[in-house]
Amino acid sequence: MTLLGSYLTLAAVLFCLGLYGVLTKRNAIVVLLSLELMLNAVNLNLIAFSKYGMIPSLTGHVFTLFTISVAAAEAAVGVAILIVFYRRRVTVNVDEFDELRR
Amino acid sequence: MFGLNLDITGELAAFFILAVCAITGAVMALNLTRVIHSVLSLAFTFISLAGLYVLLGAEFAAFVQVLVYVGAVTILMIFGIMMTRHDHESQERQRPLTEALAGIGCLALFGILFFTIRGTDFPAPAGALPEDNVGELGRLIFSGFAIPFELMSVLLTVAFVGAVMLARREEDDLP
Repeated sequence: MTLLGSYLTLAAVLFCLGLYGVLTKRNAIVVLLSLELMLNAVNLNLIAFSKYGMIPSLTGHVFTLFTISVAAAEAAVGVAILIVFYRRRVTVNVDEFDELRR
Repeated sequence: MFGLNLDITGELAAFFILAVCAITGAVMALNLTRVIHSVLSLAFTFISLAGLYVLLGAEFAAFVQVLVYVGAVTILMIFGIMMTRHDHESQERQRPLTEALAGIGCLALFGILFFTIRGTDFPAPAGALPEDNVGELGRLIFSGFAIPFELMSVLLTVAFVGAVMLARREEDDLP
């Protein structure tokens, strides 16, 4: 019995917490951070499988590095969009980001 | 069902402590009212996850996690907070229906994942990771994953230029 199940359960807990934050929070920065939390849960899965999976290999680590880079790029662009939006409509609430819907 | 016949080893104890830290940080980030406190407690979660990566034998990933998440993403978010105003966050409008529905959905997703994980018997790993992890990882990235690696650098450059272009103050808009 390895710890794989426990790691996967922890990742599931973190993913669900992040999903809850994305769905319910109104502050755009908290929403972005919850997204990062979800990506981190996925990374934990990848690394756990690369040690405890059927064929241990370093491919999971490589994928984790790529995911971290994509997450960093996403955070940078997200904060840039947030600042532009704040400049136009002085708010950071995500439920006021509805210009395309109106 | 929970497999509680595990003997208490050092790895188990370390895993438990780090897991509790990670979950505590995430829950506090969702519960705290001030945004800066949320960001800091999520930084705590990220550090705990780096500890878990070390536990899993992924030293380089742990290093990158601390460098990128704790060092860069958190600081970026703090800059985002500094450049925007968060006065009205205290009188946050309550939306009980949305929150309840989201909570039910997340709990259902977690239940499905939990019972799937507990119901699967994973085969024992055949072999182990190489001892010199970081060296092997470098060899793998620069041989087998060379093209994705270069594409990743292109992506980072494009994201950087795009972020600068987006956040640049446009002179035409000003009166």
